Amino acid sequence: MLHYIGRRLLQLIPVLLGMTFIVFLIIRAIPGDPAQVILGQQATKEAVAALRASLGLDNPWYIQYFHYLGDLLTGDLGESMRTKVPVASELWPYLGATLELSLCAIILAVIIGVNAGIISAWFQNSWFDYAAMIIALIGVSMPIFWLGLMEQWIFGIQLDMLPTSGRDDARNPVNPITYLYIIDTIIQGRFDQLVVVIQHLILPAIALATIPMAIIARMTRSSMLEVMRSDYVRTARAKGQKMFWVVYKHALKNAIIPVLTVIGLQMGMLLGGAILTETIFSWPGIGRYIYDAIGFRDYPVIQSGILVVAFMFIMINLLVDILYSIIDPRIKYN
Amino acid sequence: MKKKRLLSLGLLLVLVLSTILAACSSDKKDDATGNKDSGDSKKEKILVFGRGGDSVSLDPITVTDGESFKVTQNVFETLINFGEQDTKLQPNLATKWEASEDGLTYTFELQEGVKFHDGTDFNAEAVVKNFERWMSGDAEKFPYFASMFGGFKGDKEAVIKEVKADGDYKVVITLNRAQAPFLKNLAMSPFGIASPTAFEKEGDKFGDNPVGTGPFKFVSWKRNDSVTIEKNKDYWKEGLPKLDKVIFRSIPDNSARLNALNTGEIDLADGIIPSDAASIQSNSKLQIFERPSMNVGYLGLTVTRPPFDNVKVRQAVNHAIDKQAIIDAFFEGKAEIAKNPMPSVIEGYNDDVKGYDYNPEKAKALLKEAGYDGKQIELWAMPVPRPYMPDGQKVAEAIQKNLADVGMKSKIVSYEWATYLDKAAKGEADAFLLGWTGDNGDADNFLYTLLDESNIGSNNYTFFKNKETHKLLLEAQTETDEAKRNELYKKAQVILAEEAPWVPLAHSTPLLAGKADIVDFKPHPTGSDILSKIDFK
Repeated sequence: MLHYIGRRLLQLIPVLLGMTFIVFLIIRAIPGDPAQVILGQQATKEAVAALRASLGLDNPWYIQYFHYLGDLLTGDLGESMRTKVPVASELWPYLGATLELSLCAIILAVIIGVNAGIISAWFQNSWFDYAAMIIALIGVSMPIFWLGLMEQWIFGIQLDMLPTSGRDDARNPVNPITYLYIIDTIIQGRFDQLVVVIQHLILPAIALATIPMAIIARMTRSSMLEVMRSDYVRTARAKGQKMFWVVYKHALKNAIIPVLTVIGLQMGMLLGGAILTETIFSWPGIGRYIYDAIGFRDYPVIQSGILVVAFMFIMINLLVDILYSIIDPRIKYN
Repeated sequence: MKKKRLLSLGLLLVLVLSTILAACSSDKKDDATGNKDSGDSKKEKILVFGRGGDSVSLDPITVTDGESFKVTQNVFETLINFGEQDTKLQPNLATKWEASEDGLTYTFELQEGVKFHDGTDFNAEAVVKNFERWMSGDAEKFPYFASMFGGFKGDKEAVIKEVKADGDYKVVITLNRAQAPFLKNLAMSPFGIASPTAFEKEGDKFGDNPVGTGPFKFVSWKRNDSVTIEKNKDYWKEGLPKLDKVIFRSIPDNSARLNALNTGEIDLADGIIPSDAASIQSNSKLQIFERPSMNVGYLGLTVTRPPFDNVKVRQAVNHAIDKQAIIDAFFEGKAEIAKNPMPSVIEGYNDDVKGYDYNPEKAKALLKEAGYDGKQIELWAMPVPRPYMPDGQKVAEAIQKNLADVGMKSKIVSYEWATYLDKAAKGEADAFLLGWTGDNGDADNFLYTLLDESNIGSNNYTFFKNKETHKLLLEAQTETDEAKRNELYKKAQVILAEEAPWVPLAHSTPLLAGKADIVDFKPHPTGSDILSKIDFK
């Protein structure tokens, strides 16, 4: 097992290298000059040229690439061209915000999605099955933008129950330590703030969870249906096992493997792809951070931001692969 | 084993459900605490200002973006101030100033008894140190200094020669060449005076911990989330500021920002789109604020590309477009029809220029006269909303229809914003929508910046070139007699109208919305508001 993990980690290197290379090339291929964007519309041509030189943008692209790689190897993610702050120190608060939101969303999606899928499969062709699958279909095709604004309108304005923007109450802000506000408020014993933080999490987490939830529900259902027809399930029932145990113990164990894959992929997507949710709910997360950086052609931020997200994506999927063998001992990695 | 698993699953479910329920049900409790908070806020007045983006840095001299200046304008003060809602010059840290006759020497008398937030004294030496810092920088560090004052120490084009203290409260600035908008430039937010002790100590990190003399002190900054500033209790202007704290919160989406205003999470919202104005006005808990207009939205016609290399075609397009209809439909009437490249509040505006009326017949005749071959043009639509162009795509569609009416076919194209500007600056567009918000309320900042040949490749996107206007605009830059200078600009506007490199469309009124109990908020045309006088009823 350790051997396997080691090998997988080694495989990471070419994957990440290839990715930095592709990202590097793509962002330089699109038109738009960071020096011009930084200096603003007022800038003189001379000023733009001088800035290009000092940012090293006048070097050929491969020289720039090797400089970047060299810095990366020494653990230097570079410095934002726009804010002049090192990316590594800028990145963590955004990453913390995104992690907190996407973890909540994925937990929500898994709990509701997996159970809805199981029950749908268990009572196949019942009203619950139809209703759940129709809702799931709507969920998959729902534009997040619209869903988010509707949530704000209903729960924020009409019902006045929940806040609609940000992570905390601006008038009574959380003092960040880890930038995972749930943990920060608990460490500091500020349970009044913990409640506020959770309230701020609810609407964006639901918006973000909707699509993965629907996908997970549909995946679980089809996977369960297949397993439920297999011989060993029939045997379990024949020996008089209660249906609940047959479903949740015997069947689920085998059915969950493909679902796990989907969960891993979805979690990865949430990390980098929450831009819409982060925009609507003014969540200071990493998706928006990278998106803004693209608008400003802030090359180091785009490169390193995507690198970090990709790294986490790969790590989550590695974790999922390891989970396979824990859940199903027949799966062995040699 | 199975029991354990079931138990843990059940527990997890209970936990999640109870969290959700607790969060929802504790709402009432929280409302109560919320009320308590607002009870406290009688003691402490906090204004939460929602805006579209985060600041880049809080060291104003290092940045060019309006979102940075919105904050720094309240932490720092400039020597000279703009008027409350105009760009007329007012005393600020400098109480009096005098220019020599040749316009090469300026003497400033400074306000006494002012202290920086770190307790150090504001005096002539501090001013000199600020200028020394700026002048020994480069365009990368201090972009606005380069563009407004020509360059740095030793540069050929540099406007400022030297800055010297004359006693404790007098500063003398000597120029290499006269610059008419010199004082107006000094009043711009980037040139706020910072504490020398602080910037010498902090170096590049000064932007994370800004220290000025302004009405508010910097407290904290959570990037992409919020910037907090608090009352400067030792502020030198008696009785100000009225608020105890201001929190600038970034809410990028326009609808979400309005939602947050409705729920009370913020008190004031920037960037209200005109189509939301009606619903805000009908809400008794909210009010609309109008920012005096200092911008122009226009359709640029690249004069190096056929068919727009022919002045008659450009004039025809000017007659073809129904500006009033565009303003009514997409600016909800919150804009003035433009006939010159700059708004009427700017000195030197030529009201005698007639402008082009909406006249499709005349347009057709002009096109015929020009021998226009019916070639389809590309019409570029801005991909982002700006105050001067709330919806580029829709305005482009209206223009497309107007052009089709006179027999000019067009295809609407759009690019991502940075790409759009880059390609337009290279002259790759036939006709394109764009605009400009003034920096210092000076005619030079519109006419020279946007339409002079020296700015081809940067802000002169139409590649317009004209010997006469070039001469007039250069002359106006050094002419210190206000009346003569205005005359020069008026002449230039006549030629620009005739040559028609643009179809000037509108001077819009940017909108803000706030809670009904906000008083004494006067939005400034530059977009950087000093919030010292604003208060709650």
